[in-house]
Amino acid sequence: MAIKKFVVGCFDDEDVLFPAVKKVRSAGYKIHDIYTPMPIHGLDKAMGLRDTSLHTAGFIYGITGTTTALSGIGWIFNKDWPINFGGKSHFDLPAWIPITFELTVLFSAVGMVLTFCYLCQLAPFVRRHHFNLRSTDDQFTMVIECTGKTNEASLEAFLQSIGAKGINVQHAETGWWLGSYANDKKPFESKAAVTV
Amino acid sequence: MSLREHFEIPGRYKQWSFGLMGVGVLSLIIGYIMYGGHEQGTRFWATLLQNSVYFLLITNAAMFFFCALTLGMGGWQLTFRRVTEAISTSVIPIGIITFVILMCIVFGGKTTIYEWLDKAAVSKDAVLNGKKGFLNPTFFTVWAILSIGLWSLLGIKMRQLSRSIDDTPLSVEEGKKYIFKNTIWAALYIIWFALTVASVTPWLWLMSINAHWFSTMYSWYTFASSFVAGIALITLFVIYLKNQGYLEYTNEEHLHDLGKFQFAFSIFWTYLWFAQFMLIWYANISEETIYFKTRFDGAYIGVFYLNLIINFLAPLLIYMRRGSKRNYATVTFMSVLIIFGHWLDFYQMVFAGPFPDHVPLNLFDFGVALGFVGLVMWQTGTALSKHPLLAKNHPFLKESIIHHT
Repeated sequence: MAIKKFVVGCFDDEDVLFPAVKKVRSAGYKIHDIYTPMPIHGLDKAMGLRDTSLHTAGFIYGITGTTTALSGIGWIFNKDWPINFGGKSHFDLPAWIPITFELTVLFSAVGMVLTFCYLCQLAPFVRRHHFNLRSTDDQFTMVIECTGKTNEASLEAFLQSIGAKGINVQHAETGWWLGSYANDKKPFESKAAVTV
Repeated sequence: MSLREHFEIPGRYKQWSFGLMGVGVLSLIIGYIMYGGHEQGTRFWATLLQNSVYFLLITNAAMFFFCALTLGMGGWQLTFRRVTEAISTSVIPIGIITFVILMCIVFGGKTTIYEWLDKAAVSKDAVLNGKKGFLNPTFFTVWAILSIGLWSLLGIKMRQLSRSIDDTPLSVEEGKKYIFKNTIWAALYIIWFALTVASVTPWLWLMSINAHWFSTMYSWYTFASSFVAGIALITLFVIYLKNQGYLEYTNEEHLHDLGKFQFAFSIFWTYLWFAQFMLIWYANISEETIYFKTRFDGAYIGVFYLNLIINFLAPLLIYMRRGSKRNYATVTFMSVLIIFGHWLDFYQMVFAGPFPDHVPLNLFDFGVALGFVGLVMWQTGTALSKHPLLAKNHPFLKESIIHHT
């Protein structure tokens, strides 16, 4: 939770955006994030983001489900309340597999949805700053974080030179806060216009 | 980028394919002397049945692969589509071999593989008598001719369609027409595939070994088994050609998707395997459990578990990671393992019927299998060398070149 200063560049073409990302990175600027209206293939690679660890989380949730199912059923049918099903042994693994499978899927699915929401910080009443509302419509918004050494004027000129259509400087909260869209109070002073 | 359009068969490839075919023929001769010449040739013919049907179905699966993807408007396979086409040419020679073997078994009268062949026993047996309209030599022969014949003919047609535009770039309109025509022929093949591999043919060729027993999952199960192994075969050829410096446009993105196919259909195979096994095990009706008596509770228990480990656990654990599906060494290893695993699966399908008391697996089986491997290599290599490796005028080619997973 901190208010930082950002230089925001808006692009209206994917074909301009990709080389721009490359140039911004090689110039040494720190890209905070890029907001796009739709998923863009290969943008994560171009930005140098690491692979998501969501699938690792999914695997862990999955084996948790497997373990829960096997130990749960095992305990119930062998220890807690052994029932004779058609003369089968109490430890009859094949009959447990469907439930084990279901629980594995259930745990990994629910766990992954929740983890995804956590990673993206999505929840009811959780608000985050929007750098450019048109990035939900028709613009690609590149947000560059300013450090102490960043020269804004030269950065803006640089963005201009690599094809950004609209450039502005914003002071924005990096974290989330509770609020609602209907009654939004921005926790930072600067209300820089986000229109392009 | 300059493309190496034509595959030239390397000398070592030729040596290997002829060497393996030689091993096959030698095994055949030795096997015939050891097992086939006697009054009872069951051991000999069962091996030939298992191997020919297995290799026929996995080469036919390559055909199914590109027809299904054509029907699904898939474009990503186009950079290596000629490889699948080349593998599918093996359906013709192996189909003829399989047909000859099936006819020898049905009309030769030297085996106990198909119990429904024994007319005296059938007339006394209420169950087999009831199945007489289906399990008889005439229907068997007609269906075998139709299966193999139409697979071959539709295969020839599909391959002709693919090559017909090699020298003629298409306009947009022509391209649409071409895709439509492809879709129609692929759909015809899929329909015939559904009526053969996915239903009747495995009932006749494999399930009727246990003529009293039946399972509604059986054909799907056989299909899944042959399809996974078919994808593994395609993958091996793709990797081989990559190693030789061909298929410039095929890269690890395509390999990743082939790995996904192997992974997904290994799980699919397990699903069918388990559905068939669990229901029979749970209901515990003696007419049904007889099939698993020898496999789960008898001599074949080792094969039973090995089958499950190779075909389910290994792909599940090894193919789960993204990195392993993109690694040429891992994928090669897994493809070989899967082809062997499903060969073993077919082995227990065939052999637990006529040989319930012991597993007669020995070098003879492996020798014959290697012979078929040689045949597939030789046929696929020849087919690859005849035509350009890239279907360069196909409307979807760009989709395959920029494919990204």
